[in-house]
Amino acid sequence: MRFSGWRVLREGLTGNKGWAPHWRDAEPKAEYDAIIIGGGGHGLSTAYYLAKEHGLTNVAVLEKGYLGGGNVGRNTTIVRANYFLQGNSEFYSHSLKLWEGLEEDLNYNVMHSQRGLINLFHSDGQRDAFVRRGNSMINQGDDAVLLDRIGVRKHLPYLDFDNVRFPIYGGLLHPRGGTARHDAVAWGYARGASDRGVDLIQQCEVTGIDVENGQVRGVQTTRGAIRAKKVGIVVAGRSGQVAAMAGMRLPIESHVLQAFVTEGLKPCIDHVVSFGMGHFYISQSDKGGLVFGGDLDFYASYASRGNLPMAEHVMEAGMTLMPMIGKAKVLRSWGGIMDMTPDGSPIIDKTDTKGLFIDCGWCYGGFKAVPGSGFSFAHLMATGNHHAPAAKFRLDRFRTAVGLMDEEGTGSQHNLH
Amino acid sequence: MRLECPICGSRDRREFYYQGDAVMLARPAEDAGADAWDSYLHLRDNPAGETRDLWQHEAGCGAWLVVTRNTVTHAVSRVALAADVKGGKA
Amino acid sequence: MRIKGKGLIDRSAPVTFHFDGRGYEGFEGDTVASALLANDVTLMGRSFKYHRPRGVLTAGSEEPNALITVGTGAASDPNVRATMQETYDGLRVRSQNAWPSLDFDVMAVNNLVSPFLGAGFYYKTFMWPRKFWEKLYEPVIRRAAGLGGLSGAHNPDTYERAFAFCDVLVIGAGPAGLMAALTAGRAGADVILADEDALMGGRLNAETYQIDGKPGHVWAADAVAELGGMDNVRLMSRTTVTGAYDQGTFGALERVNHHHGGRGKGAPLECFWRIVAKHSILAAGAIERPIAFQNNDRPGIMTAGAVRAYLNRWGVSPGKALTIFGNNDDAHRTAQDLADAGVRIAAYIDSRAEVKIAGDFPIYRGAQVFNTGGGKELESISIRTISGTEKIQTDCLAMSGGWNPTVHLTCHMNGRPTWRPDIQAFVPSEGSIPGMVAAGACNGTFSTHGCLAEGAAVAGKVLDMLGKAVPDVGLPQAEDAPYRMEPLWAVAGKGRAWLDFQNDVSVKDIKQAAVENFRSVEHMKRYTTQGMATDQGKNSNVGALAVLADATGRGIPETGTTTFRPPYSPVSIASMGAGAQGAGFAPQRFTTSHRASVEAGAPMIEAGLWYRPSYFPKAGEKTWRQSCDREVGYVRRAVGVCDVSTLGKSDIQGPDAGKLLDFVYTNTFSTLKIGRVRYGLMLREDGTVMDDGTCARLGDQHFVMTTTTAAAGAVMKHLEFVAQCLHPEWQVAMTSVTEQWAQFAIAGPKARELLNGVLDAAIDNDSWPFMACGDVSVLGVKGRLFRISFSGEHAYEIAIPSRYGDSLFRELVARAEGLGGGAYGMEALNVLRIEKGFITHAEIHGRTTAFDVGMADMISAKKDCIGKVMAARTGLVAADRERLVGMKPVGAVKLLSAGAHIFAKDAEAVRENYQGYVTSVCFSPEIGSYVGLGFVKNGPDRYGEVMRVVDHLRELEVEVEICPPVFFDQEGGRARG
Repeated sequence: MRFSGWRVLREGLTGNKGWAPHWRDAEPKAEYDAIIIGGGGHGLSTAYYLAKEHGLTNVAVLEKGYLGGGNVGRNTTIVRANYFLQGNSEFYSHSLKLWEGLEEDLNYNVMHSQRGLINLFHSDGQRDAFVRRGNSMINQGDDAVLLDRIGVRKHLPYLDFDNVRFPIYGGLLHPRGGTARHDAVAWGYARGASDRGVDLIQQCEVTGIDVENGQVRGVQTTRGAIRAKKVGIVVAGRSGQVAAMAGMRLPIESHVLQAFVTEGLKPCIDHVVSFGMGHFYISQSDKGGLVFGGDLDFYASYASRGNLPMAEHVMEAGMTLMPMIGKAKVLRSWGGIMDMTPDGSPIIDKTDTKGLFIDCGWCYGGFKAVPGSGFSFAHLMATGNHHAPAAKFRLDRFRTAVGLMDEEGTGSQHNLH
Repeated sequence: MRLECPICGSRDRREFYYQGDAVMLARPAEDAGADAWDSYLHLRDNPAGETRDLWQHEAGCGAWLVVTRNTVTHAVSRVALAADVKGGKA
Repeated sequence: MRIKGKGLIDRSAPVTFHFDGRGYEGFEGDTVASALLANDVTLMGRSFKYHRPRGVLTAGSEEPNALITVGTGAASDPNVRATMQETYDGLRVRSQNAWPSLDFDVMAVNNLVSPFLGAGFYYKTFMWPRKFWEKLYEPVIRRAAGLGGLSGAHNPDTYERAFAFCDVLVIGAGPAGLMAALTAGRAGADVILADEDALMGGRLNAETYQIDGKPGHVWAADAVAELGGMDNVRLMSRTTVTGAYDQGTFGALERVNHHHGGRGKGAPLECFWRIVAKHSILAAGAIERPIAFQNNDRPGIMTAGAVRAYLNRWGVSPGKALTIFGNNDDAHRTAQDLADAGVRIAAYIDSRAEVKIAGDFPIYRGAQVFNTGGGKELESISIRTISGTEKIQTDCLAMSGGWNPTVHLTCHMNGRPTWRPDIQAFVPSEGSIPGMVAAGACNGTFSTHGCLAEGAAVAGKVLDMLGKAVPDVGLPQAEDAPYRMEPLWAVAGKGRAWLDFQNDVSVKDIKQAAVENFRSVEHMKRYTTQGMATDQGKNSNVGALAVLADATGRGIPETGTTTFRPPYSPVSIASMGAGAQGAGFAPQRFTTSHRASVEAGAPMIEAGLWYRPSYFPKAGEKTWRQSCDREVGYVRRAVGVCDVSTLGKSDIQGPDAGKLLDFVYTNTFSTLKIGRVRYGLMLREDGTVMDDGTCARLGDQHFVMTTTTAAAGAVMKHLEFVAQCLHPEWQVAMTSVTEQWAQFAIAGPKARELLNGVLDAAIDNDSWPFMACGDVSVLGVKGRLFRISFSGEHAYEIAIPSRYGDSLFRELVARAEGLGGGAYGMEALNVLRIEKGFITHAEIHGRTTAFDVGMADMISAKKDCIGKVMAARTGLVAADRERLVGMKPVGAVKLLSAGAHIFAKDAEAVRENYQGYVTSVCFSPEIGSYVGLGFVKNGPDRYGEVMRVVDHLRELEVEVEICPPVFFDQEGGRARG
């Protein structure tokens, strides 16, 4: 069924009786050409692009819980292409281009809103670092504008410019940056994949990966064994456990990242804004809630929940930057499980097992990558070749130090990002 | 979240710095080879369950600690001084 | 209307408050909701999506409808529950989400077109044309959405945060909580009793039960008084325990000053508590659930328990002719209390056919309310009985679909509640929160007797675990009526039957979601927004779950629940971030020369947590560059003085101090002679440069290490890591002495001349050669002197105990001025070091290696050190890595800018052609032009090449010649002279 304003109108007039399921719930078949383990944003987009770009439709997505129940449904919904290191630059640029056509492509309104993202800086040194970043963005063909203090004030008059611990020197504006409705992205891809013949199988946990003579043969699941020539692991937050089923140890530690939303408020923050002297980023959802987050809690965790010290630190950053939000009340807090790699950049690669592929390590930046990751991973799974924009996301880069992508400069070893 | 520092007693998480897997105690020799070093610095078991992590009581006595903790429940079952663990005393 | 003789309000203390500009009378003890109801105002808000007129639904913090904005201007608080806001004289509140007025709201047009705005409609439309989303659709949606508004001004109120510790935290001061607190308190345990209400007692204040022959609220007041007299008990009213966290930590919000107009006087508006409890007792009560039927949301329809609360606690009847609709015996008390108070009951409707109830009012058994009539207030209800349908005139309907235990806190650590079919509700699962036990209504125990008994029993258990004797508190006499109910979630019928009142989610929406395959409870929630309003589904989640279970042919337990997450009720950002507004966000560190620098007019800039002088302006100078150039001249031609105390200083002692340094630095320190300083480079284990600095040997077993300002903390931690975790067998100890010593650089050709003026024993080039160090006596004070240079000039750093820092700095500057020099700041320091190619964190930014900065030779081949093995990985020693170079403009444009990218001379400025970037630039007065440092692929192999530097952001394009990164005194003779 095609969605449109006319359809909404027609259904409204006829009692909304014609709506159909957005996707089919499939029963697992005995064998598929390819299996995607993980029905999150990246897994669903991989399935979608396998079908759409490569004509591979005998594909199953296996999800142990419900579709979109992982990090795609628990992030702060920011979409941007403001990376500066080779490898990241071209990948996120490609992903943003996919975002820009996503609604048309999926026939699903994911509410991608290019409202502009402003990274604030608070010293000469930070400004120079952001200038380097902005120049990278432009060299890549993306957009960036350097704002001075007055320029920032024009966009964000509510910031505290006067009585503040770290004065605002200026900001880097990324006009094409913005937000999207996170759940809708998962559902839109699910619908698109399902329409093209992909089997979406919920409540189906993979318990083992079958390998014979170095070649993947299929998976064991709570709903029986399923054979496949190709298997893709796309399970951010559980990457280590699933990879271990194929005997792999990954360069990943799992951490909790909290996020927060306030009660609904009339429009007050029109951009995505980030603070330069502490992790803090904020935007306002279309429903009116302020959606914001900060840094990792900093301890390995699979609990999907955090603790007060970081929660309070995030609020502190909000208070020093934009004291007007003090009157907003936090309605809900939650945590996602982050696949933290040593250098803070992701992995899209083959493994030593033939036919087994892995897409993981998105750290705290996976949401904006959903289209690009699925596109590139599908390309790799279908053709066996790395897709150019994601060609540097190699698993062995830590061992060789070739092509490390440490955007933060905090080191390519664990627990520093 | 609170940890029981063997020297200072029960203290708030805010006083502690987190370093990660206690595998960092077992630094390979200079000539141990690429596998050993890759394993030491990068590869992790990353268990969903009990883990041994290094923490430092940074805003307290400065002691480095080996904390046995469950990554799913956050329950802490044991805290020992890293120097004792490394020295075979704990 | 107010009922004579009823209620716990203080009738001798009338107050006047304003709602939407109109004045109303209330009494002390009233909430805005109770006082408005007393004034016959029932319309208090508009719903989120359809802007339907709404009245108060509840009498507690779970209120979804009656949200108001309190106060005006910058101090106004949006989205306050009218049921929680206490009235006081002069209080001004206003309604929200309505325009132009609450009574006539234009956006109510949404209600008329609601067939087109069902669950998830927005996912299916607004896609074309693409540009219209940001330009048209989204702005319209955003303006229509939202509840209250922020003022846009900085928050003018004060907030606090605090820690508290106790043996037992009792959450909720109803019968179970009070009994638990009494038991634990009498046993001598440290008890905190927290309750979100202003008045402790819970439902005892809202019901007419007797305890030990006294009215329940009197018993509660007596219990509170007894607890208040115990030194080991802390009573925290108006305090909501908002979250349960690890190891017995709880968050709690105390609303300190919202209940009167007198702000200020040092008292905060709110205080956010972190309570650490060995044990906790959850006695949070229960929340009554509405029943879904068509138009069940008209103002005048509320929960039965709320009607009793308004009647018994606030002496208000929310109507003149009441009707009651319920599926349980508890609802009967509503009729009883109303009848006793002389309020007219138009009908009692019980959905159960077999039910014992008697009273002097019409009773309908086995009947259901299926619709209501009225406009902005309830006028009638339509009921369906065995014999047909009937319309009954009424202005207030009390409804009860049963009670949901308040299990929320037990789910904050991922605990899942357990379904109890007998009460058709979820109860806490044991052990969900370590150390927490539940008692009373939140545990599914609904009779007063049961609550009291369970409160005492769980307290006894906790006391056992604390090793304290359990006192005999004696159980007071109280009612023990069974809780009988039959489930009724939604009344069958046409039209929209509301579940989530605020978000306008109806039974139809849930069914529609199921049809569209949003059958998982999480999918249903996210698709329909059910349970995502400000009450987080407290009123509606279980009902919606039942509807979904029905629609998908599953039972409620297998359908599952969504997760309750902190906070229990919303917490202001200002309270959780208290103290951080303005300068409070991070500590401020000041050097001993701070005051002197400020007096000299120096603009102070942030350097990490420190403040350092940017430059010292002199009369007549119009730009910072003029000052900077002059200060550079001091150092190059006379003498300059600069405070360098912010650099990290570690005192390292012990027989194995040399071993430690050899291991953390790439180069060797164990061979350093006593009285000598050496430059050292430190790597992270991943092979990248962590920090650099100098280290001085003061004795055989005594070193002082300096670090950069930025890395001081990280290096200290790193040293302790190596000493404790890698080599605990080494005998070495270290401590930070950054703040113990004030340290000043004295640099320039006249440095020794200046120095000898303050040293008690003069030095010369033989007694104090380049890189020498040792103890000195400075104007009679013991200090240390290091002959090191960060400017390339003949220079020293002199260290003195911090208490002498201020006077020494002033003395040095005065003497320097006498020699034709003076103080210099960060700008000049930066120019001096760039001219010499000395690196800072602009160059060692975490991604560069010793190889990259031209210091590969500094990694000693003779020993292991941190980072050595990984620094040798192929990727880190490739010739085409971006490596440190210098550059000078050679074309028409003579400017340089940091952050610009570097390309081959004729290459287009795109990523594919990228060759490097600029890290640091300055105008060099010595060279007479801009010079820069940066990193270029194959850097040192390209000296002499002319390249193109492009800064798109600053619209700057420059031709530069790549050169070695030392622009001045390449031979380094000046520092040795």
